Amino acid sequence: MASTPIAVDRAEKFEKVCGILDRYARRPSGLIPILQAIQHEYQYLPEEVLTYVATSLDVPPARVFGVATFYAHFALEPKGKHVIRVCDGTACHVKRSIPVLNALHEKLGTSETSKTTADMLFTVETVACLGACGLSPALVIDEQVYGQVTPERALALVDEINAKEESLAAASTASAEQLSAEEAHD
Amino acid sequence: MTNMENPSSVPAKKHGISTLAQVRRVIICAGTGCMANGAMGVFERFQSEMAGSGIHVILELRPEAADHEIRLSKSGCQGFCQMGPLVSVVPDGILYTKVRSEDVPDIVQQTLVGHQVVERLLYKDPATRKSCRGLEDNPFYARQSRFVLRECGFLDPEDIHEYILHGGYKAARRAFVEMSPEEICTTVLDSGLRGRGGGGFPTGRKWNAARVQNSTKKYVICNGDEGDPGAFMNRSVMEGNPHSVIEGLMIAARAIGANETLVYVRAEYPLAVERMRRAVADAEREGILGKNVFGTGQSMKCEVMEGAGAFVCGEETAMIASIEGQRGMPRPKPPFPAQSGLWGKPTIINNVETLAHVSRILNEGPEVFRSIGTKESPGTKTFALTGHVANTGLVEVPFGTPLREIVLNIGGGVTDDAGKIWKTGFKAVQIGGPSGGCLIPEHLDLPLAYESLRSVGAMVGSGGLVVMNQGTCMVSIARFFMQFTQRESCGKCVLCREGTKQLLALLDDVIEGRADAGTLELMEKLARAVQVGSLCGLGKTAPNPVLSTLRYFRKEYEEHIFEKRCRTGRCKALLRPTINPEKCKGCHLCFAACPVGAISGEKKQPHHINPELCIKCGACAKTCKIHAIEGI
Repeated sequence: MASTPIAVDRAEKFEKVCGILDRYARRPSGLIPILQAIQHEYQYLPEEVLTYVATSLDVPPARVFGVATFYAHFALEPKGKHVIRVCDGTACHVKRSIPVLNALHEKLGTSETSKTTADMLFTVETVACLGACGLSPALVIDEQVYGQVTPERALALVDEINAKEESLAAASTASAEQLSAEEAHD
Repeated sequence: MTNMENPSSVPAKKHGISTLAQVRRVIICAGTGCMANGAMGVFERFQSEMAGSGIHVILELRPEAADHEIRLSKSGCQGFCQMGPLVSVVPDGILYTKVRSEDVPDIVQQTLVGHQVVERLLYKDPATRKSCRGLEDNPFYARQSRFVLRECGFLDPEDIHEYILHGGYKAARRAFVEMSPEEICTTVLDSGLRGRGGGGFPTGRKWNAARVQNSTKKYVICNGDEGDPGAFMNRSVMEGNPHSVIEGLMIAARAIGANETLVYVRAEYPLAVERMRRAVADAEREGILGKNVFGTGQSMKCEVMEGAGAFVCGEETAMIASIEGQRGMPRPKPPFPAQSGLWGKPTIINNVETLAHVSRILNEGPEVFRSIGTKESPGTKTFALTGHVANTGLVEVPFGTPLREIVLNIGGGVTDDAGKIWKTGFKAVQIGGPSGGCLIPEHLDLPLAYESLRSVGAMVGSGGLVVMNQGTCMVSIARFFMQFTQRESCGKCVLCREGTKQLLALLDDVIEGRADAGTLELMEKLARAVQVGSLCGLGKTAPNPVLSTLRYFRKEYEEHIFEKRCRTGRCKALLRPTINPEKCKGCHLCFAACPVGAISGEKKQPHHINPELCIKCGACAKTCKIHAIEGI
């Protein structure tokens, strides 16, 4: 895939965006669901897509950027492969969610301003309240909710993912090696 | 006012399960809490174990179930979140708690086949150490009055037939076929139902205001943007009984003459979005929503919209802006949405819980509803009980119930950080989230209702009750809420945008030891300015947590400022770790552990911490085997 020209990539990108825009009849009133669908597709809102959306809906780009930056759910930067969201609602806060957050930041080298790891594997963020207050403190990793989390447990969960990722990487190198070995054999 | 003094004088049928079907059933709680604890695995294990034991399992409700068949179903949140996953067996009246999939074979063999109780899975009341077989002898449930929540823990939220069989959509049908819009408004007005989202505005009056508007197009919006951190009542209703919300919406729409409705759900609640969408699709399929409602020829549309993460969108006019595809910023009122709302048309916005009450008011009559709760605040209210309390979860009690009943009896008492009961540990309850205030031990006998709470500087809010023990620093709690509202301020009003920022900075000064004698006065002055100078509820109520903690915990603020001391030890900047020279044996362990070289001392001589260098990380205290390091 490395040889695919960038232009084709971008055309594909806009093709999907066009599909989403058509689904909402290109009405500016559908801006929020449109942005949600685009983010669902790309995991974030790429800048050139936002400009394209503005042109398609015939509204100023400022309106689209205004909405995209107003709501907490829209991300203008790509997120890591695994998104860890630490709940910092009142119930979680009084049950010590901040030590959990700090432990994750420390381990992954992330911070409040730089939420994603350099290898794009993890993003660590807080969420106002998950509504899982009965389980406080709670955190969510890729939609899976974990309750009564301690800093130790949070770090163990990260280790688990790391181990899985390593074995995945090992498996893919192994299969790549096998493939090239077979090719050499041919 | 008689009910206020004696809120337990509610009708005898207090909670739980009525006899819908005679068929025996196993209900697995599939609320967010239980799901996170593995309820789905339990459900699947039941499916295979029951089939393996030759039990005929029914997953879809059929009226003609035979005697030997057992229905296996999921339910919405049953409220007892901390004890999940919950499994109940009816009509046996058994509630099993903390069920793991390994426990399932025992339940199937002993209970379903052998009609015996599996003792070890019953809830043990920590106060009496007695096992509770079911809901009736469990103090968490027995002391509640579950109306809105009753069906949440029983019905399968994904099965519209079950809702209908249980009397669902009967009230909506009556509203469309037999009642005039005016009659509906009058009935709701007579019931005294007040908005459960926090404001407490009489619902019937709101509906009437929209009803009399002369417009061919009107809208009803269900506010499911439950943004209070620490509250999850609406989430549980949308997940557990979505059809009750749709039915309420339909009745509201009929009452004001609208044919389009919308449910605005908070984006952090994916399961609620999914269940609401499914419920709408099912209702359309059954001809309840759509072009020909109950064969009357009237049309009714319902759309589910997901929010995008903005607390301010819980405010009516901000929510309307958000639905119109704009930034969620409030606008001045009047005109009220009932006059000019979504797309400039008359619109009413009701909270999820408010709407969930409506069908019951129509079915049972306004008098029954009025007979519960207090005169000014009739009916029941759900609260999300969380924090340092033994039984966290969802509770529903009549208005007028004293705080003591909720926290100490239903909640089972205050706990320490390890979760053990702490008899003298009660410090405060934060009610109403970032807009509310705190209640202290002297308020334990205060009846919870709109009017009584206002008199002590708090509010019902949406119903979050966060219990805090003596180990909680109230200045930090005020800061927590201020940080929340500061981040969520939409930025439209200068005093809200800038004022919350400055209040936060002042709180930081207190917490980090920079505050002086004038700080508190300045904070109070600024807080009042923010209240007056803000357009919407977010700004008007943003200073409440600060004012309320200042009112009841001023001494704690003063300790931070004048003594540079936090009595709970939570404010790190005020910690002054020292080495007790009497105890220190000079083992040098702390010297090696200190990451910044702040500890000095010769071996076998008492060591010393240099406060200028110390970063208060606590590494020294952790390594010291004889606990010679104090103040951290």
